[in-house]
Amino acid sequence: MSKREWPLYEVFIRSKAGLSHRHAGSIHAADDQMALDHARDTYTRRSEGVSLWVVRSSAIVASDPAESAAFFEPAKDKIYRHPTFYEIPDGVDNL
Amino acid sequence: MYTQGLDQKGQTANNRGTTESQEQLAAFQRRIDAEEKIEAKDWMPEGYRRTLVRQISQHAHSEIIGMQPEGNWLTRAPTLKRKAILLAKVQDEAGHGLYLYSAGETLGTSRDQMVGDLLSGKAKYSSIFNYPTLTWADIGAIGWLVDGAAIMNQIPLCRCSYGPYARAMVRVCKEESFHQRQGFDIMLALSRGTAAQQAMAQDALNRWWWPSIMMFGPNDSNSRHSAQSMAWKIKRFSNDELRQKFIDVTVPQAEFLGLKVPDDDLEFDKLTGHYRFGEIDWQELSDVIAGNGPCNRQRMARRRQAHDDGAWVRKAAQAYADKQAAKKAA
Amino acid sequence: MKSDDLLLAYVTRLGDNALVLAQRKIETVTLGPELEEELANANFALDYLGQARLFYTLAGELENAGRDEDDFAFLRSDHEFRNLLLLEQPNGHFGDMIARDFLFESFYVLQLEALERCRHAGVAAIAARAVKEVRYHLRHVGRWLVRLGDGTAQSHERAQRSIDDLWRFTGELFAADEIDRAFAKGFDGPDLEALRVQWQQAVAAVLAEATLKQPEDGWMASGGKQGRHSEHFGYLLAEMQHLHRSHPGATW
Repeated sequence: MSKREWPLYEVFIRSKAGLSHRHAGSIHAADDQMALDHARDTYTRRSEGVSLWVVRSSAIVASDPAESAAFFEPAKDKIYRHPTFYEIPDGVDNL
Repeated sequence: MYTQGLDQKGQTANNRGTTESQEQLAAFQRRIDAEEKIEAKDWMPEGYRRTLVRQISQHAHSEIIGMQPEGNWLTRAPTLKRKAILLAKVQDEAGHGLYLYSAGETLGTSRDQMVGDLLSGKAKYSSIFNYPTLTWADIGAIGWLVDGAAIMNQIPLCRCSYGPYARAMVRVCKEESFHQRQGFDIMLALSRGTAAQQAMAQDALNRWWWPSIMMFGPNDSNSRHSAQSMAWKIKRFSNDELRQKFIDVTVPQAEFLGLKVPDDDLEFDKLTGHYRFGEIDWQELSDVIAGNGPCNRQRMARRRQAHDDGAWVRKAAQAYADKQAAKKAA
Repeated sequence: MKSDDLLLAYVTRLGDNALVLAQRKIETVTLGPELEEELANANFALDYLGQARLFYTLAGELENAGRDEDDFAFLRSDHEFRNLLLLEQPNGHFGDMIARDFLFESFYVLQLEALERCRHAGVAAIAARAVKEVRYHLRHVGRWLVRLGDGTAQSHERAQRSIDDLWRFTGELFAADEIDRAFAKGFDGPDLEALRVQWQQAVAAVLAEATLKQPEDGWMASGGKQGRHSEHFGYLLAEMQHLHRSHPGATW
């Protein structure tokens, strides 16, 4: 066993120009440049991407599942924020 | 590639010494029953976590050790095209091992720990990889039979209740779709080839058929973890169901190749629409799992050697990164 | 040699370099120091295999005698292979492989950049594709050489030793013969003397960053480009060709 494992990085890939980066998985690397190489050699072997982001997993700040009700449920009853909430009378176009 | 014949060893998936309340367990089961995905930071029973870590890490180890029998023919592949295809496939297995270790890590077990358990002999890997690849036809047989058996099991795992495992499996299955085909393609070329090539193909089928059938694990009546894993939706079909399905689809393929499946009891049952097959040599399976297969020691020795030989490299990279970080801080 | 033969020899040599390096890399599959490097190594080997196939296919077309990529790879004997000696040396440890790849690819990128601009359309097309692959490899192995050189005392010592041991094979990279000169003249191909200057600068910069000393240019090994190989090469070929040759005329 090595004394210390290479740190974990999360990998995000832009699959083509115009789309946002999306989480693909993770890799281990000793430094940032190596992380980019490893992400490339692991996750883009089948032309999956045109741009890569890697970020130390430890640098990600995540919401707590225990608080997910408090975080996300209050948005659920604001149905008036969605266009389907509104009834459009027949004969009215371009709205 | 993978087998589900692994989940028989290890502790039973009970909640040992944990303070899981009945309400928590019931709420968890309700989420599972509602086909909700469980994510890394969600609450989960310790037994669920342990079962997953064991299964995912063994799955990962199987991918990594599985590179060896096929890698054995990379330097000798008969054409440049076959060499490239096989290399891409063996590389995919490294990738699949990596995706799976990553999924395992989300459960709080480091890759180092998982690899450590493999190297110490504590963790198992699929026993199929303890058989030798003696001829080029074995590369065809592995792709066709072993990957074929693996796919049967892996497709349902894409719907596994644990999100990171399911997502890893989606990626694995997508990439693996060519693996079985390339194996069959090798067998097809051999079966249409010279007499020597045909004999090579038959010999490979003779040696790989039964071990492939065993990959599905013990009969359902002897499979210890099945019920709990099914309830948790980690596993969705039983060993025997998958084994039957595999035999039903594979036998006609063997016939197409003009090869004889080495089972005198094999017979199509018109009433059930399934093949009846002969008795499996369970003693052989338990011998190989216990470490007494033809290649167990060889496979582990090579894995340990790679790990040990790489130690100075991993350390050097870490030392360099530390120096750079210190320079940046200064 | 006639000019057609010289061109054929030049293209075949490019294929030989790519195939021999691919074969050496393939030997190390399952032995990488970390899983991610296992994937990188396989990617690079696949790139080289792909290049070998393209160069051999082109050679077959130039020769117009019905030989395909596999005939070039599997049915020629050792003295017909004209690869660089550097590439056929046994792999050694990870540092040796990084040093080998770094020394070769620092040259190969320059060679491919020149070939991309040459006046032979077939060669230029393959080079244009290959140069992208090799630029990435070089970036990867260059970073690794720096990590090893400037890592631990042990890795520094090993990396220095690897560079020192392999340095004597670098002379052959730039030793132009009749074949090189004919391609340079006939198709505006690379001038190896000019490449040497660029190579020295590029290599020196990375070695300095890696805190490694550049060896003196002492005695240089040669012969690979003329088909005179080291003892190791016969085993490489024997292993690679054995199955193919055991079944003459078979389809796989």
